Parts: sequence; C-alpha cells; structure tokens
Amino acid sequence: MNSSLIYSILTISLLGIASAVILYFAAKQFFVYEDPRIDDVEQSLPSANCGGCGYAGCRALAEAIVKDNSLEGKFCPVGGNDTMQKVAVIMKLSAPASVRKTAVVRCNGTCDNRPKISQYEGAKSCAIATLNSGGETGCQFGCLGFGDCCVVCDFDAIHMNPATGLPEVDDDKCTSCGACVKACPKMLIELRKLAVKNRKIYVSCRNTEKGAIAKKACTVACIGCGKCQKECEYDAITIENNLAFINSDKCRLCRKCVSVCPTNAIIEENFPPRKTETINEETNA
Amino acid sequence: MLRTFKIGGIHPAANKLSANKEIENLPLPDSITILVAQHIGAPSKVIVSKGDKIKVGQLVATSAGFVSANIHSSVSGTVSKIEMVTDSSGYKKEAIIINVEGDEWDESIDRSPKIVANFDFDAKYISNKIVSCGIVGLGGATFPTHVKLMPPSGMKAKVLIINGAECEPYLTADHRLMLEKGEEILIGTKLLMIALGVEKAVIGIENNKPDAISNITKLSEKYNDITVCALKVKYPQGGEKQLIKAVTGSEVPSGSLPISVGAVVNNVGTTFAVYEAVIKNKPLFERVITVTGKSVKNPSNFLVRLGTPVGNLIEAAGGMPNDVAKVVMGGPMMGKSLTSVDIPVSKGTSGILVVNEKEGHRNEIENCIRCGRCIEACPMGLEPYLLMPLAENKRWDDMESLHIMDCIECGSCTYTCPANRPILDYLRLGKSTVGTIIRNRK
Repeated sequence: MNSSLIYSILTISLLGIASAVILYFAAKQFFVYEDPRIDDVEQSLPSANCGGCGYAGCRALAEAIVKDNSLEGKFCPVGGNDTMQKVAVIMKLSAPASVRKTAVVRCNGTCDNRPKISQYEGAKSCAIATLNSGGETGCQFGCLGFGDCCVVCDFDAIHMNPATGLPEVDDDKCTSCGACVKACPKMLIELRKLAVKNRKIYVSCRNTEKGAIAKKACTVACIGCGKCQKECEYDAITIENNLAFINSDKCRLCRKCVSVCPTNAIIEENFPPRKTETINEETNA
Repeated sequence: MLRTFKIGGIHPAANKLSANKEIENLPLPDSITILVAQHIGAPSKVIVSKGDKIKVGQLVATSAGFVSANIHSSVSGTVSKIEMVTDSSGYKKEAIIINVEGDEWDESIDRSPKIVANFDFDAKYISNKIVSCGIVGLGGATFPTHVKLMPPSGMKAKVLIINGAECEPYLTADHRLMLEKGEEILIGTKLLMIALGVEKAVIGIENNKPDAISNITKLSEKYNDITVCALKVKYPQGGEKQLIKAVTGSEVPSGSLPISVGAVVNNVGTTFAVYEAVIKNKPLFERVITVTGKSVKNPSNFLVRLGTPVGNLIEAAGGMPNDVAKVVMGGPMMGKSLTSVDIPVSKGTSGILVVNEKEGHRNEIENCIRCGRCIEACPMGLEPYLLMPLAENKRWDDMESLHIMDCIECGSCTYTCPANRPILDYLRLGKSTVGTIIRNRK
C-alpha cells in the first residue's frame, strides 16, 4: 500500500476523532436546557406565525406559555378553542374558553350610498390616501377603498368588492388575528363577537359629525338620533359624538334596532328574512 | 459669481407666466372663511361669536401657546357662523365665517402709503409686534415668526438670510413684491436684524429675476450691513438648508435646525409683513397670491384678503379653463391639490395653479430600474429608491436610520423618476409614521 495513502487516512481520521471529542465536551459545557414541552406546544400550534396572539410567532407563544406555566391571556385566534384544548392537555392546565370573533368593516358607504365629490390620483394605498385628504367623498371617516386591509391578510379572508368599493370579510376564513384592524388608517375594522351561524349586528358607520352633515355625505350614515338606543331592551347600545355603537357582548341579536333605524345604518348579517317580507313576496307573486 | 447648493437639485421649466403682471387688489368676496389653523403649531382659540360685528384687522382668534399665532379678520362685517369646513388638508377644520359688509378698517392701522425708514424700535418692541400681528412664515411653511427670533438657549444667530429665491415654477408673488415693495422689504430686513440681534443680513435672489436683483441691490446700497446674493437657478434653491449652504457655505447637520449654524431664514413676504406690522401697525390679513396656469386666460398676482374662496381668484384671472385637471394651492412641486374651489386661501397660500389635462396627465407606474436619478436629484443626499420600498414594506426603523426625517418633501425624486413611481407619496408616509414613533418614544 502507498504510504502517503495510509498517512492521509490516518490524518483525516485523527482530525475527525479530535473534532468529535472537542464537540462532545463543548456540547456538554454549553448545553442549554429547554423544556421539552415547548416543542410539544409548538407542534400543536397552527404554524401560521401571524402574530395574532400578540407574540412574535408560534414558537414565541409556546415559549411564553411554558415559561409562565399558564394559559391566562394566551389565545391562538387561528387555531381557536380546539388548538388551545390540545395545548391545555400538554401543559396539564385548563384552557380558558374564548369567544369566536371576526373582523367587521364598519362602513357601508358604497358607490351608490356615498357619491364621490373629488378624484384621488396618488399612490393607491389607504395609508397614503389618508395623509392626502379625507377621501373622495363627503364623508372623511369612511372607507377609502384602496385595500390596505386586503393586502395584509394572511388568511385570504378579506377582499375588495369592486361593485361596492368596500372590503368584505369571509367569516369562515377570518381568524381574528387583527392585522386588518391595524392596517386600516380610518380604524373602521373591529373584531366583534361572532354568534351562531355567523350572525352579527353592528352599526356600519363611524361618522361623528352632526346627523344632517353625515346624511348629506352618505345616505346610510348614522345620524345619532338615538332611536336604536331607546328600542334596545338589553342596554347594548351607546350613543357618543352623534354615533351609535352596539356592544356585541350585550347584544342578544333581537334585531329590533335594525328595524327602527331611519337611515338603515345598522346591518344584520346571516339572519333569515323577516316574516313581513316573506308575506309581501307571496302576495306579489 | 452665482452661488448655489452642492448636492442634488433639478431644473424644471420656470413657466413664470405672471412675472410681468403688477400686483392688483382682488375685489372683496361676499363672505370669508377664517381657518383657526393657518400656521404650524397649536390651532388658535376663537374669541368671537355668531352675530359679532367685526372690523378689518380685528383680532378674532388668539394664539394658543408659544408655537401658535394670532389671527385677524381681513374684512368688516358680521360673524355668520363658526363651523367645521374643509380646508386644503382635505379634512374639516374649525373656521369663522364672516359675511362681508363694507370695508371698515380698525382705526389703529396706518393706511397711508408713506414709507417710513427712520425708526427707533428695540428688539422687544419689534418681537412683540410680530406676535400681536400674527406674523407667520409666508414662504408656505407658516412657521410662527417670533419663534424663529428666539433661538434656544446656547445658540446665537450670526446672520439673517432673506429668502427671495422663489424656486417653485409658476409662482411670482415674491418676485413682484421685490419689484414693487423693495424699500419696505429692506426696512423689514432691518427690523428683523434688530429683533434677532444680528449685524449682517443677506438677501438671496435666484438669477432668473434680474430686475429684482438690480432693484434690491440698488435699494440696499444705503444699508452697509445688508447685501444681495445672486443665486444659480436650481430647484429647490429656496429650501432653507439649501439657501443657507449657498449663501454662507455652512451645512446644517442632519436633524438640526438652521440656528445651529447661526442662520435664520425669513421669506421676503414675511419680511414685508413685518414692515407693515411694526411700522403701520397692520396685522397679517392679506397677502400676494399668484394665480397661474397654462390654460388660465390672465395669469396674475393678486393682493388677496385671507379667507377668500379659491374660486374667486380663478374667476378674477379669467375664469376656470375648460381643460382643468386639478387646482393646486402652492406651486407644482410642493403644492397641495384641492378637493373643492370653495376652500379659502390662508396665510400659507403663495399661489393657485390651475393644471390642465395635458400637464396633469400621469403616466403608468413601472418598476424601479435602479437608474439612480432620484439619488442624484435629492438635495438632502438621501436614497429615495431605497426609502420607497422600505415604506411599502413598513420597515420604519430602517427608514429612520436612513434619515427619512431629513426629507424636505421637495419632490425632486418623483420629478426625475423615469419609471413614473410615486416616490414622494411613500416618503411622506414614512416621515409621518417615523415622526409618530419618535414622538411616542419621549
């Protein structure tokens, strides 16, 4: 056998063994103990890394849960109650039940309801348009229509409807992570409690101007008349600065406010049609 | 030898259509709208009520703090209402609406045209007069003038620079003032020098106004502490930091104020207003405004009572052209496009530009080709091609470390971009967001 070959094999082998020994001792010396539960919790999380829980990604949430050894104030909106149950089992804790929420766009200023009075030609981004002016309509509180909310959604849950010029939320896909809420410079989007069958009732307006001025800009504006508040038996409605607001925790979805609103500013979604409407349809047919 | 600033700059077509039009008085409107926020700083507090009878020059809103200003009525009449109206910002702000009746001036104002060059006022008197007459920077920024005259402790002013550059295309208000009110401007300069406590003043004028340079130079001969500096024609020569660099050779450090290199800059319009305030006891309620545009029948320079609707100015200049695309308050580079012609003119309105469809046409936005023209053009030495995508991706910390807060929003980058990218829109977003982050840190 060639002696240089033997020397090569020996040298490399010795290098390898030396490295292995150094690494062995280094690994022992610099070992970082990590609670094995962190890995387990992380596995049970959806890995969307959306930040909806308020932590910097799924691993960060897992670390926080294990470090605090508590599920108080920790909720993954993407995985929902099912995921939190799995985490609770791993941590041997009880999971706090959380209410299902969805993003709600509180503006109904469609092209028909809210006519345009000027034309914006700058960069097509809501964040930029809001620096330039109060929008192309007479209502400076309403949706600008450039879709910043749609761009930030990681879950394909919000899209612009070209017919109305407003964004629409898909309740089944929405994980209430809150990205669109932060993205809207008009603060129109709110995370509201989602009831059974995706039902919800909300005031679709954020205009705080006096009623006559608000209505002039948009036909379905909230004029702050207070009829809804008088009608509500559950004390769920407050009127502040000429604007009504329905507390989704107190609201029992009776729909009485919707029927008395003179401007149709209150929206009800995913309810069956009312009895009177059905009768009219039958007689007309 | 023409002086100029070293980095950046562009050469847009000057289009000084109204340079030879003498200043004319605009007829009084039927009603005026006095906004309570016509200056940088806290909006003023209204001190009149519906039904009050007002005289020209009467105080109607008081300064609400150190960085704020008094506001005076520009007409005589009755207060019709106090309500929220849309202003040039595109949002509704508080304003006083006055129905015009006659033209009765406050008795304390000296209306004689006699130019008074001899006076014996001290710095305190001049400064107080500037405060009481509501003088703010008329170059467009509307910074309360008295604040500039009170440097922060530890800093001393060495030179007063009067800004006669008027680098924005189309605008000629300052040009006409320098031709028609040159003597008053020089007296105003002297007054500001006393108020500031400096022994040297330089009036900077761009070289495309040779008649103004010769007029002001001739008038300044009797003042041995005021000189005139002819400047190379380059936008934005009228920017504070660029003007200081051209005139004194000193560069204001990033994040610092001009006073840190001993310089204070005031616009010629402001200087004229200081003369009127101190010598004639006349508060700031009217100013020269250029009404111009390629399709405008009679581009003119009007002396306008503040609060007049923009529509009145356009009517007086020959009416709204048929091919109007937008109406801009200010110049084509830094002006603000208006949402309505009912918007009133205010202290910061230097011009009304009617942009026609051909000129206002925007080409399709294309991808950045990394040509570097925006970097060449930026007078503050920034990198707009990089700052724009940082703003698009919300990387505010990176924008802060790349000195976005030094951006003067001159628009040179957007002007030179061959891909028609709306760079300034994103830089403004970055500045606004980073500014908020910095304020919240404190």
